[in-house]
Formats: sequence, structure tokens, C-alpha cells
Amino acid sequence: MTTQSSAEYEKYYVPEKSKLAVCATLGLVTSTFGAANVMNDMTFGDGTTGSSWGIFLVGLFIFSATLFGWFRMAIKENLAGLNSAQLKKSYVLGMFWFIFSEVMFFLAFFGALFYVRNLVGPWLSGEGDGGRMNHLLWEGFQYAWPMPQTPQEAVGGVANQPIANMGTFQSYEKSMAFSDAAAWYLWLPLWNTIILLSSSVTVHIAHLGLLNGNKSKFNLWLGITVVLGMVFVGLQALEYYEAYAHFGLTLNSGIYGSTFFMLTGFHGFHVLMGMTMLLIQWLRSVRAGHFTADDHFGFEASSWYWHFVDVVWVFLFLFVYIL
Amino acid sequence: MGDHHHGPAKGLSRWLFTTNHKDIGTMYLWFSFAMFILGGAFAMIIRAELFQPGMQLVEPAFFNQMTTLHGLVMVFGAIMPSFVGLANWMIPMMIGAPDMALPRMNNWSFWILPPAFLILASTLFMEGGAPAFGWTFYAPLSTTYAPPSVTFFIFSIHVLGMSSIMGAINIIATVMNMRAPGMTYMKMPLFVWTWLITAFLLVAVMPVLAGAVTMMLMDIHFGTSFFSAAGGGDPVLFQHVFWFFGHPEVYIIILPAFGVVSQIIPTFARKPLFGYDSMVYATASIAFLSFIVWAHHMYTVGMPVAGELFFMYATMLIAVPTGVKVFNWVTTMWRGAMTFETPMLFCMGFLVLFTIGGFTGLMLSIAPADFQYHDSYFVVAHFHYVMVAGAVFSMSAAVYYWLPKWCGKMYSETMGKTHFWISFIGFNITFFPQHFVGLAGMPRRIPDYALQFADFNMMSSIGAFIYGASQILFLYNVIATIVSGKPTDKEKVWEGAEGLEWTVATPAPYHTFERPPAVR
Ligand code: HEM
Ligand SMILES: [Cu+2]
Repeated sequence: MTTQSSAEYEKYYVPEKSKLAVCATLGLVTSTFGAANVMNDMTFGDGTTGSSWGIFLVGLFIFSATLFGWFRMAIKENLAGLNSAQLKKSYVLGMFWFIFSEVMFFLAFFGALFYVRNLVGPWLSGEGDGGRMNHLLWEGFQYAWPMPQTPQEAVGGVANQPIANMGTFQSYEKSMAFSDAAAWYLWLPLWNTIILLSSSVTVHIAHLGLLNGNKSKFNLWLGITVVLGMVFVGLQALEYYEAYAHFGLTLNSGIYGSTFFMLTGFHGFHVLMGMTMLLIQWLRSVRAGHFTADDHFGFEASSWYWHFVDVVWVFLFLFVYIL
Repeated sequence: MGDHHHGPAKGLSRWLFTTNHKDIGTMYLWFSFAMFILGGAFAMIIRAELFQPGMQLVEPAFFNQMTTLHGLVMVFGAIMPSFVGLANWMIPMMIGAPDMALPRMNNWSFWILPPAFLILASTLFMEGGAPAFGWTFYAPLSTTYAPPSVTFFIFSIHVLGMSSIMGAINIIATVMNMRAPGMTYMKMPLFVWTWLITAFLLVAVMPVLAGAVTMMLMDIHFGTSFFSAAGGGDPVLFQHVFWFFGHPEVYIIILPAFGVVSQIIPTFARKPLFGYDSMVYATASIAFLSFIVWAHHMYTVGMPVAGELFFMYATMLIAVPTGVKVFNWVTTMWRGAMTFETPMLFCMGFLVLFTIGGFTGLMLSIAPADFQYHDSYFVVAHFHYVMVAGAVFSMSAAVYYWLPKWCGKMYSETMGKTHFWISFIGFNITFFPQHFVGLAGMPRRIPDYALQFADFNMMSSIGAFIYGASQILFLYNVIATIVSGKPTDKEKVWEGAEGLEWTVATPAPYHTFERPPAVR
């Protein structure tokens, strides 16, 4: 950063005191408290979760309403000209490092996947340094990926296994890997890849339109991006339905099911968030005429998020579906 | 003064709704002190039980809950928020900024902390008791064998992780974007540098911790098998994910402490910091290395030999930049015009005791030797030397050093020094003997022990009560200073102090640097 004139600094907008943080806290804490109660009712209680769901939903409502108000206020401040170039840069930095933190979150799950595939699997089946205990613990377990048989199944079920754990792990009947070359066009992940990659292009076209001051081009291509996002989420839901209904692939399907659903699930959730962000930008543009060629941070931040989600998918496609 | 900037609002709303970095810093500091007392109370229970061999005061299960909550509350509730509070107060003043870059989010990062700890503390009263699996919450203790309260533990970790990430993003944005004209990176005070690097570490590893607890949550409630070999997962996977967070975490704790010491020693040696540039590079190298040493916590878990060796050498490497730092601090004092006011005393204590902790760390880093030391009281001694005599001592130093600037009153030097000496002596009586019992084979996290460890444990317990009492004195000193300390309005409270924070009025006005200062 080079020197900035001190005039720029004088305008840094330090907001007046605000109730937003406390309301958001209330919402966040109530919803997490409710969520924890729902899960405990489910796992440790008698299974009735009604009132806990109530707490969770109330919290979620307060939280969402506060965030809505928060962003609305930030937008209004910007429209009112309170935001100096310097403040805008703070927002840019904030968004950038937020996305970085998201990358690290995914890294934890990818790390788990690599660790399991390269080390744990072979060790459980008796290979290498870690495999000495195979004959005592998981006799007969053969490692393959996707994992067609869990160690528990290999030793003949939960009753025969030598160490305790939480429940039964039944492997899938059919995995999500690419299987039928003749019917490649029925393989959903391929379509999802095409859709998500093109949506990165369309959002970029929208951005170019905006930079040229062409709002109708912007609205059109941003709209297309949102629709592509919706289609992606729809197909992902369809894939999950198939997994549960026809493939016998569930969260209980051992580590393959665990990593598959957690990686694609968190990714899908992020797509949903990114899509919502883009949809809001679209509504802002179409309904309220927001965004100009040189002032459109809300859109830009959402589009960075969208590209990030896209890149994560490329890795997912590679390591979860193909390799 | 800007047109809509007033002084603080009146009453509770000032604190609830504030966007002011000084208010928020103050809240962080008080909150962390409250957690320090709470965590300290847990420690007193632990030491009371260990006063003598045999079971006398608490049930083993409750003892385990105490060690767990003690660690969690101290790490996440006392040490981390205290340094975030310090960052809030000092970074804008040190770089000539009017406030933090994102003031409303700043308030939010603070306010989600107290409820998160309320939830964590409330697990004590839940069916099955509080988490009892240690602050490192290894699976399967924390999954298959965990009490139901583990769910609340997981969510409280999520919430306080969010707080840390938002706080860190705010600090990064502030340092990168809000420096006064002329305040180039290589002119920033070291406290700002160490916090910038700490903030990178936080943004990088708190999400990984979130990943770890999320995997636990899924294993417990939704049938996944991340940490269950029966499903093809691995409990050791938990340790890898946890320590990928955990080792950078210990540097998140100590780097800001390094920053504090690097501010204070030059002031009382009346010499500029020796080797400023090398301090910056050393900090950055430590941060980088901290990502590739995590498995030194797992030598005994059964890693391939190549892994043991890699992590051993990488760990030893960290001692090099750490040594550079210690060398620079000592050299700063060399031929300085030294005086030993309370902040300086705490820094001296830091320097000596942290270095001892660094050496025991080096001993632990030797994989074959660690097979012997691992999970013994030697490890407990090691990390208390670095975390208490390192982080907590430097935090005390920071409070005495900047308190006059914050409230315009001088603390009583006699009382401050009394606090120091009682802490210093109490600390060493507590933790030095733990090296010996550890080397002799006393395992950590147990409520009872073999007879031959009795004497040293009794010493430890007595030391702990002394150390605990000295913190009450600390509280007293701070309150007494605020209420009835000798007023001062010298801008430069310490004659040898350098930096922008000493150019503003004392006590620091509610808003500082609304116009950026000129930095040469
Ligand atoms: C020269 C620098 C250091 C080295 C070589 C080092 C090395 C180690 C090693 C090898 C262990 C594992 C011992 C075992 O469990 O068997 C350990 C534990 C630990 N270290 Fe350090 N360390 C260093 C500095 C620090 C610092 C600066 C901190 C924090 C401020 C720290 C905090 C801890 C903690 C909390 C543990 C124990 C974690 C647990 O199991 O509960 N260390 N250290
Ligand atoms: Cu470590």
C-alpha cells in the first residue's frame, strides 16, 4: 500500500452504537442451543424433539432477521455516501479472509479424506507400518476405495467386533463413482460439474456487463447464474435421494459414506448460500436499481464466493467422484 | 471531532451496543479476567485433590471434568480473549487509526463469547456431567464414551471459533488498511506485527478446529465413522485434525505475548529493540513452522518412522527463530539504562521462565525421549512454563504497562511488585517440581498417585494456592488503581516509551486519531 492522503482518512466511517451485534448474538446462541437440544433429544433422549425444534427455529429467525437488517443497513450507508474508499477496502479484506477461512474448513475434510484413503485404509487391511494389528482387530478386511465393505462387516457385524463404537456401519450397494460408460450422460456429477463451471462463466459475463454499464446484460446473466445454481442444488438433492433410496449409500455407510456426504453436503450448503447471496444481488439490481459500474461490492463479494464454491467443486469432482 | 462522534453513552447500553474499540477491548479484558478466575477455581480443586495421595475431595469423574474445563476455559476463555482485548485497545492507537476496521462486527465477536462460555459452564449441571475427556478431547473418549453434554461443548466451540475468526479478520483488515500515512509495515510496533501474524494463524486454523468438532458431532449423532475404525475411519485421524489446529494454537497464544515483551523491554532498557527486522522474520518463520510440527504431540500413537523423524526435526527447527527472539530481548537490555518497574519485572520473569519452557519443549521434541515423557507431568510442567509464565506473565506486564494510559491513574509500584514476586515464587513452587514427578513417571490427568510422588505434589499444591492468591492481589491492584490510583496526565507515562499510543492524552480519550497522525 502506498501513502494515502490524510483527507481520505478523515472520512473513515465509525458507526454509531448499534443493537445489531447483540441481536445477532441472541439469535445465534438460541439457535445453537436449540440445535444441540434437538440432537441430544434424538440420540440420548426419548426422541421427542418438538420443543427443541421450536427453540432452534426461533433462534434462526432472530439470527436471519438481524443479518438481513445488518446488510440492509450497510447497503443504506453506502448509498448515503458514508463509505470512503478506505472503508470499502476493509470490506474487501473482510470478505477475502472470510473466504480463506472457508477454504481451511474444507481443507480439514479433504485432509481427512486423503488421510483415510492413503493411510488408514491400507493399515486397517494389514499393510505397512500401521497394519500390525489387522489379524487381531479386523481380520479379513480388504481395503478398496470406494470401500465396498466396512471393517465391521468384515469381521461379521457389530457383535463380533473387538472394540466398541457408535452403531452399525453398513456399506453401500452402489457407490457414486463413475460406473457405466455407455450411459455416461446419466451420471449426475458430470452434469453438476458442467453446470457449476458454466455458472462461473455466466457470473463473470454479468460482471463484464456491469463494468460496461450495461445493466440489462448484467441482470440477464446474473439471473442465469442464479438459475444454474438452483439447478445444481436440485440435481444434488436428486443425487442424495438416489443414494438413499437406490444405492444404499447413507451417512452410515462407513467412512466412504461419511466423507462423501460431508464433503458434498457442506459444498452443497455453500452453493445454497452463494446462490442466495447472488439472488439477493439480483433482486437488488432488478427491483431497486442498485449497482453501478464502479460501485458494486455486494455483487463482487458474492461472485468471489461463487467462484470459490466452484473451485471447491472441481476438487470434489476430482477426489470424491473420479479418483 | 467529527460531527456525530460523542463520548460514551450512559449505562448498560454503552457496553451492549458499543462500536468503540476501547470499550470492546475493556470488555474483552474483564471477561478474560473473569474466565481466568473461573479456570483458576477449577485448578484449585484439582490441586486440592492432589494435595495428598488417595481420594479425598472429589470423585474421579468430577476430577476429569475439572481438568477438562480448566484447560478449555484457560485457553479459550482467559488467554485468547485477553490478548484480543489488548489488540482492540492498542492496535488502533499504535498504528494511528480511528478505530478497528469493522467496528460493529468487532462488538459481535465479543458478545458471542460470554454466552458460549455460559453454555460450556452449564454442562457441569447436565445429566452425565460436563465433558471429561481433557481439553484436547481425543476421540473416542469424546465420541463413543462422551456424556450427552458433549453436544453443547461442540456448539460452544463452534461459537467461540466464530468469535476468534471474526476478531482475527478484523485485526487483519485494521492492520492492512488503517495504518496512518507513513506507517509502513516495517515501522509497525512489534505488538502489531505479532498480532497480524497471529490473526493469520487464527483464520487458518480455527476453521480446522470447527471441522474437527463437526466430525465429532456427525459421529455422535448421525452415524458417520470418521473416528471409528469399525467403519473404516480412525481415532488417530482426530488427533491429526486436532493438532493441526492445536500446535498453531499454542503460537496464537504466545506470539502476542512476544509482542508485548518486545514493547516493554525497550522501554525499561531505554534502548530501541535490538534486531527489529529479525524479530519480524523470526515471528513469521515461527508461524510458518507451526503448521508442520503438529504430530510432535502424537509421537507415541504409532506413526511410521519417517513421520516421527520429520516431525522431530521440524519441531527442533522452531527453536531457532525462538532463540533469535530471546537473543534479541537479552541484547536489547545489554548496556541499557535499566529500571525494574512492575511491567519490566514480569517481562524478566517471562524471559527466564519461558526460556526454561522452551528447553523442556526441546527435550519433548526428541521423539525417542518423548516416549518416556509423553502424558506425564513433565508435559504439564512444560506447557505451564510457556503458557502461564509466558502468556499470562506477559499479559500481567501489559496490564501494568498500559493501565495508566487506559485510566489515567498510576498503580502502586509496591503492590505491583508484591504481585510479581508472589506470582513468580508461587508459579515456580507449583510447576518446577512437576518436572521431577513427570520424569519419575507420574502420569497427567489422574486424581490419585503413587506414594513416592507425595512430597512434590504437596509442594505443587501449596505453590498453586499461593499463585492463585496472588491473582486476587492482581484484581485488587487493578481495581485500586482505577478507583484511587494517583492521577497522571503525562502523555508519556514511561519516559523511555516509544510509539503513537504515548502521543495521545492520558487517560486516552474515547476517540483517538480521528485524524491520522504524521509518522516519520
Ligand atoms: C521451543 C518451542 C517448543 C517446543 C520444541 C515444544 C514442544 C512440545 C512437544 C514435543 C510437546 C508434546 C509433549 C507430549 O505430549 O509428549 C509439547 C506439548 C505442549 N506444548 Fe510445547 N513446545 C514449544 C513451545 C510451546 C509454546 C510456546 C507453547 C504455548 C504457549 C506450548 C504449549 C504446549 C502445550 C499446551 C502442550 C501440551 C498439549 C497437551 O497435550 O495438552 N509449547 N510441546
Ligand atoms: Cu506443539
